[in-house]
Amino acid sequence: MKDKIKSLQEQLQDKIKEVKTLKQLNDLKTEYLGKKGCVTALTANMKDLTLEEKKEIGSLINKFKEDVTVLLEELQSKIEEEELNKKLENEKIDITLPGLEIKSGSPHILEKMIEEVEELMISMGYDVESGPEVEKDLYNFELLNLPKGHPARDAQDTFYITDELLLRSQTSPVQIRTMLANKEKTPIRIICPGKTYRRDDDDATHSHQFTQIEGLLVDKDISLANLKATFEIIAKKLFGENVKARFRSSFYPFTEPSVELDISCFNCGGKGCNICKETGWITVGGAGIVHPNVLNNCGYDSEKWTGFAFGFGAERLAMLKYGIKDVRTFYLNDLRNCDTFNRRENI
Amino acid sequence: MINMDWVGEYVDLDGVDLNDLATKITNAGVNVEAVLNKRIDNLVIGLIKEVKNHPDSDHLHVCQVDIGDETLQIVCGASNVREGLKVIVAKVGAILPGDFVIKESTIRGVTSKGMICALFELGLEEKNDLTYSKGICELDDDAQVGMDYNIYAGLNDALYNLDLNPNRAIDCTNHIGFAYEVAAVLNKKVTLPDADYHEIDDSINNHFKLEIGTDKCKYYTAKMATDVVIKESPAFIKRRLESAGMRSINNVVDISNYVMLEYGQPLHFFDKDKVKDKILVRMAKDNEKIITLDSKERTLNKDDIVITDGTKPICIAGVMGGENTEVDENTKTILIESAIFEPYNIRYTSINLDLRSEASVRYERGLNYEYTLKALNRACYLLEKYADAKILKDTVIYDEIEKKDKVATITKEKICKVLGTTITDADIKDAFDRLGFNYEYKDDNYIVTIPNRRLDVAIKEDLIEEVGRLYGYEKIEAKLPVLTDKKGSYSPFIKYYKDISRHLRGLGLNEVRTYTLVSPKEANMFRYDDGELVKLDKPMSLDKSICRRSLIPSLIKVADYNKARDIQDIMIYEISTTYYDTDQEDLKLGILMQGKYVNTTWMNKNINVDFYVIKGILENLLNYLGLNNRYTFSVTDNIPSDMHPYRSAEIIVNGTKLGYFGRVNPKVSKDDNYVLELNLTKLYEIKTGNIKYKELSKYPSSNLDLAFVTKKDTPSKDIMDVIKKACGKLLTNISLFDLYEGENVSEDEKSLAFKLTLSDMDHTLQNDEITNLMNKVIKEVETKTNSKLRK
Repeated sequence: MKDKIKSLQEQLQDKIKEVKTLKQLNDLKTEYLGKKGCVTALTANMKDLTLEEKKEIGSLINKFKEDVTVLLEELQSKIEEEELNKKLENEKIDITLPGLEIKSGSPHILEKMIEEVEELMISMGYDVESGPEVEKDLYNFELLNLPKGHPARDAQDTFYITDELLLRSQTSPVQIRTMLANKEKTPIRIICPGKTYRRDDDDATHSHQFTQIEGLLVDKDISLANLKATFEIIAKKLFGENVKARFRSSFYPFTEPSVELDISCFNCGGKGCNICKETGWITVGGAGIVHPNVLNNCGYDSEKWTGFAFGFGAERLAMLKYGIKDVRTFYLNDLRNCDTFNRRENI
Repeated sequence: MINMDWVGEYVDLDGVDLNDLATKITNAGVNVEAVLNKRIDNLVIGLIKEVKNHPDSDHLHVCQVDIGDETLQIVCGASNVREGLKVIVAKVGAILPGDFVIKESTIRGVTSKGMICALFELGLEEKNDLTYSKGICELDDDAQVGMDYNIYAGLNDALYNLDLNPNRAIDCTNHIGFAYEVAAVLNKKVTLPDADYHEIDDSINNHFKLEIGTDKCKYYTAKMATDVVIKESPAFIKRRLESAGMRSINNVVDISNYVMLEYGQPLHFFDKDKVKDKILVRMAKDNEKIITLDSKERTLNKDDIVITDGTKPICIAGVMGGENTEVDENTKTILIESAIFEPYNIRYTSINLDLRSEASVRYERGLNYEYTLKALNRACYLLEKYADAKILKDTVIYDEIEKKDKVATITKEKICKVLGTTITDADIKDAFDRLGFNYEYKDDNYIVTIPNRRLDVAIKEDLIEEVGRLYGYEKIEAKLPVLTDKKGSYSPFIKYYKDISRHLRGLGLNEVRTYTLVSPKEANMFRYDDGELVKLDKPMSLDKSICRRSLIPSLIKVADYNKARDIQDIMIYEISTTYYDTDQEDLKLGILMQGKYVNTTWMNKNINVDFYVIKGILENLLNYLGLNNRYTFSVTDNIPSDMHPYRSAEIIVNGTKLGYFGRVNPKVSKDDNYVLELNLTKLYEIKTGNIKYKELSKYPSSNLDLAFVTKKDTPSKDIMDVIKKACGKLLTNISLFDLYEGENVSEDEKSLAFKLTLSDMDHTLQNDEITNLMNKVIKEVETKTNSKLRK
């Protein structure tokens, strides 16, 4: 009996070497472990043996059966893996073929610029407001300390619709509307980005339609030093931490004192280059302490309240920040720019 | 343009570096944009000693020119070249305007070592037929041979090109006004120019009477000068006028301009012999006519101020004189006018007549009455000195002008508070002293009397600015305001449309921005809203004359622009204001789609934009806005005729008509453009609730596929609505998964296949329940929509 088992074992070793496919393996499995297989046959021969022999031979057969099972299982997984590998190999693809073009839409360059300012100002407690573009002369000029016939109106050659109605030449009327609408006369902190219009012939640096971002703060004891700090934060956010802020005396009818907002040139660091026209400084906006007439016109007693106002041109900011040379770029909407601007930036 | 040599007459500039000064003045708030001069190296005054004809030319001359230390041979082609003439010589090495370098050369075999110049060749005159025909410049006999022409002609004079704000354009466009600014910056004093002259015994009052017939002239002064000799102006006057951009005409006319550039007070000289014995200032009559100095006839109206001789106009006040009383080469006696007119009227007249002059812009900005008489006397002084004039005694004066001192009171505390820095009393006093503002210091108050030459300064805030700019804004340290904590936010409507904007970008649409102003043709396209067009009163061009009512024409332009640049797939949107009836501004969303919405390139599974793609975008947006089940799309008469009549629909949300979408009519655009326009202002008014969690069924759901054959023109929505109603709340989803026309379906019919998802909250639906429901659905659809179950 022992010899029989031994010879069966030896035969198996030889047969396993022949097995190449799952079919052959299954046949081999049936030959050994099937109902009519040789292992079953061995058990059948045991009934004539003594109890002692039964024990010994029985455990030998069991051991043999286990060995066969393990061997065949190992073989099976080996063959299966080989077959799978062969199948996967047939599935080989060219990974350099282009992926599906999944397109997300891009914001307009100006929207990107405006939102950058809005996000900052909201974090500083400013509300974002808007107002009509067909505006009353009263709000666009008169209440802003620009009575009819004022020569400073020349600087803003305006599109009139009727004697009293115009396309707003600045977003400042939103400030007027906000102050007038505040019946309780509480402090104000707003910015108002929006479209504005002036009689300019369109060329590389002029546009009859453009975008202003204005801010207004009305509170108690507001100073130029406060304005300077606020401007510095905006300048650094937009043009980098190394940028310095500067005031230059200026004139706006609705602020007194009035200043020009300059930043040190972000390109050359102040040494002088073609971007800052060799001066080391770039003017990015205008600002000032709100003129008492404007406060009083809007029901804020100028003896109690002070405030500052500032304004930037969104196109100018974007031209400086992104190196755009021609203001008409913003209104041509060449979609090839989308690939450039549809991404996040680290700031 | 300010000539600093000229300014040097009123304030001491000895030893002052003019470039440094320019920076200081700029920092103090008057922007010196550039410091220029007209200097050209290697220019010298020469004397022509000999002129011979060129041996090989019929128009060239060979000249021997003495330039002091040597004699140069120069070939010259000018017809006025002659022996004994003093001329400007550009020596070898000179670089004339246009980068024209003077070199030693041989002209038709004759050596030439320089060039004899005309003024236009030096950039000192415009080049035109007149200046060209004058030939080379003939210098006065007193010109010193060998002298640097730059010094002789004042070309070394530093010129400040100022970029002035409107408030300082009043004083800093004049040399005395600017001298005060220089004096403030340098802490020096201003000396006004000489104005002492002799008077003859005859009185002006013997020769004419003044009558003022309007309240638009509050101040009118006049003097008379006789025996005037009209000739060329002295060199210094000529070159100063030229540096300021004014042409020299003759000594008398030049003096009136010279004084204006000194004091800012325009003067007018009449030829007294052409005026009778009266001056009447009054408002013009409608359609009254005058021929002005430029020989043009002007038609006036009742808002123009005129100077008349009692009957006819002889001058449009403050704007331009009349030809009928013009000073010419035969003039002997002149009447000098120095007056102040109402700025508003001067502005009106000059805009109305489209006639702006150096005088009119000064009148418009306003004048300092303290200078009116000073300028008059200064003119008399100059006329006596440079035109041999005899000045008649007495001055005719009409004076109704209010002469109140401008006084403003300010405290140190207020200045410090507004500037946000600590300024001492010494700083403040220093600033007022420099500015030449007189003040009294009483009980911590500065009571400041503001001189009239600073028309821009009136209130205490102006004083804060004056102190601040001289103190220096760079010294103010940045300090954030201390404010109550408050969160900032977008106004709800801005937040609403920004949200829409972002959502659309997520759907693959690119934001564009286009112009508000459009042409009449564009303004009338895609007309959807009622209401009048908003038109500009005086448009710059017809192209941009009307505020748009629809965004779609602008979007089609953007599509065309990109198409021309070979961009095939155009997915764009704009959120912008549209206008009608002047008081109605609505924010609209416009979308344009063209090409492939999904471009799978080599995979060949593209999705081309069609009606259902843009409809999908719209439905996605409306669902996002919480309007699920509250919108319908229908074919109505409101859809603009610029849309495809059978592939467009009107958008109705909650019963409100909000816009339309579909294909653009091919007669408008031959490209396959699909567009959408939606009124966001109105959409925003439709209230939506907040998100609420909906309990989901714990039990498995069942699917049921049903196909119906129906007439081709039966809307699929009709069948779907019937199914929904029949299933009630057991239906959790329904979708149309197949549309079939063709074999096995008759020609006027189509087959629609729906997938129904059914579930119940309490149990798993049993087969008999589903069968019952199915039978109910089939029966309802067949009876209500004239359809048959497709077996």
